[in-house]
Amino acid sequence: MADTEVNGSKKKKKVDRWSAGVIPYAEMGYWLPDYQPKDSDILCAFRITPQPGVPPEEAGAAVAGESSTATWTVVWTDRLTAHETYQAKCYRVDPVPNTEGQYIAYIAYNIDLFEEGSIANLTSSIIGNVFGFKALKALRLEDMRIPLHYVKTFQGPAHGIIMEREYLDKFGRPLLGATTKPKLGLSARNYGRVVYEALRGGLDFTKDDENINSQPFMRWRDRYLYSMEGVNKAIAATGEVKGHYLNVTAGTMEDMYERATFAKEVGTVIIMIDLTIGYTAIQSMAKFARANSLILHLHRAGHGTYTRQKNHGVNFRVIAKWMRLAGVDHIHAGTVVGKLEGDPNATAGYYDTCREMKQPINPVKGIYFDQDWGSMPGMMPVASGGIHAAQMGDLLHYLGEDVVLQFGGGTIGHPMGIASGAEANRVALEAMIKARNEGRDYRKEAQDILKAAAKKCPALDVALSTWGDISFNYESTDIPDVVETPTSV
Amino acid sequence: MRITQGTFSFLPDLTDAEITAQIQYALDNKWPCSVEFTDDPHPRNVYWDMWGLPMFDLADAAGVLAEVNACRKAKPEQYIRLNAYNANYGKQTVALSFIVQRPSDEPGFRLDRQDTHDRTINYTLHPYAADAPPGRRYNGQQ
Repeated sequence: MADTEVNGSKKKKKVDRWSAGVIPYAEMGYWLPDYQPKDSDILCAFRITPQPGVPPEEAGAAVAGESSTATWTVVWTDRLTAHETYQAKCYRVDPVPNTEGQYIAYIAYNIDLFEEGSIANLTSSIIGNVFGFKALKALRLEDMRIPLHYVKTFQGPAHGIIMEREYLDKFGRPLLGATTKPKLGLSARNYGRVVYEALRGGLDFTKDDENINSQPFMRWRDRYLYSMEGVNKAIAATGEVKGHYLNVTAGTMEDMYERATFAKEVGTVIIMIDLTIGYTAIQSMAKFARANSLILHLHRAGHGTYTRQKNHGVNFRVIAKWMRLAGVDHIHAGTVVGKLEGDPNATAGYYDTCREMKQPINPVKGIYFDQDWGSMPGMMPVASGGIHAAQMGDLLHYLGEDVVLQFGGGTIGHPMGIASGAEANRVALEAMIKARNEGRDYRKEAQDILKAAAKKCPALDVALSTWGDISFNYESTDIPDVVETPTSV
Repeated sequence: MRITQGTFSFLPDLTDAEITAQIQYALDNKWPCSVEFTDDPHPRNVYWDMWGLPMFDLADAAGVLAEVNACRKAKPEQYIRLNAYNANYGKQTVALSFIVQRPSDEPGFRLDRQDTHDRTINYTLHPYAADAPPGRRYNGQQ
């Protein structure tokens, strides 16, 4: 560690841990390659891109230091504490395959560093200061292992997948939804018309968009009243439980509680919030949702600003972990085939994070640690953005059964009307599930299965001829480092 | 109207061969099947009457279909559904549930609106069939 530039100051030789001044983090105990992580430690995998001349171990140690006890210089007051316990330890640094200058640094944090049941506290440490750190060109939090000890301090999803399905009385197939379009500008009365048509046509859910809150063209209370007229009329027309995600996002918690309370009063089964309201507000709404029998849908508005670039930010799988702890029931998690970013393997990793009880390490899916969720319920992942009925085989293949498939344009843009768009999606879905259960190779035979179903459903026939050849084939920016290669075993 | 509860209500009614294929899928997954019937199609009517206990130890799809047909014979004018149940830890819930018989006429639901305060409306869903006592609802038949 001699002659290493740290924070702009040159250290010529190894110095005593407690000498006043600036010494490398690695020499202050933040680099401990022999450290054996404890079952109760919180573990992080950071992608680090050190500045030229900064060794990766020192960069990893710096991240460990700045995200736990350290500051830029030695402080004697550390000696008043059991500092070896509270210091985070970087215990492993691996070069990223085929990517010069990037490393994965593994860091262990003692569980006592974090307040029980607080995403705000957890994130203030882990991503608090360290992302602006000068010794690093870029930094990305790739994954976290949340020990079961810490998992158990969170409420978790207000209801979870199983309770949601039992509450809705819908089993054996993905749920179907649509976001009301145009997302901005409709009056409350016209908005409720879209809700009614889409639900009576066959969808389970309709949804406010993330930026529909309470604008001059449509105030929240009016929207709730007209939407619930649409929901109830559609229930009467079909005999099925249905819902509209009433977005309660607002400028203050007081406003959100007021809106959520009214949403409950008008009898909705589900409300919605945006990621932009912040972690603490999300946890508060999760408590409210559980206490008031409301399913809680989260739109991940804004996440692309920090999840998409591969070298800097926070991977979405970490956001998904935090949101499962925070307690939402639904989270948008990608479509693979739609218009928004989503590599199939990385998306599979996000879906596992939402739904599984245990997740083993899986480099192909971008999962860096074994994760044990105990009996914390799963979240229903939501696939939304540029998907349509003709993709049903691929959607079922990639996303599975416990998912909400949201066809916004693919419902409302149907040439025969909104209800026909909804019917087309529902028929396509049920036909695909039936074929899968019958043991057919539904993905390969998807177009045949859909065409056969369309013979008895003109709405599906028109949907297939309108969108059958629409796809969004762009390369993903965020893919796991490890690709699956055939082995000779 | 056509009540669209269950996994396959948007498809044409399943034939016995198609029902058998779904039963086989359930049995292959080790999901026991059960048969339930009702003459109250309200979507919040959770507890349809059980046609016997869930068939935990029945591994033969034809045997399950025989129970469906026995129920159809006894309750020709009621809704009948076939459920498959996943008892695995972490699930412990219904895995598949679809309607295998409907009454010959489905009159549907009346939506009652009660104006309350500040333009708020209380909605009540009323199945027309529920006007008659249980057992005499569809064509006066079981």
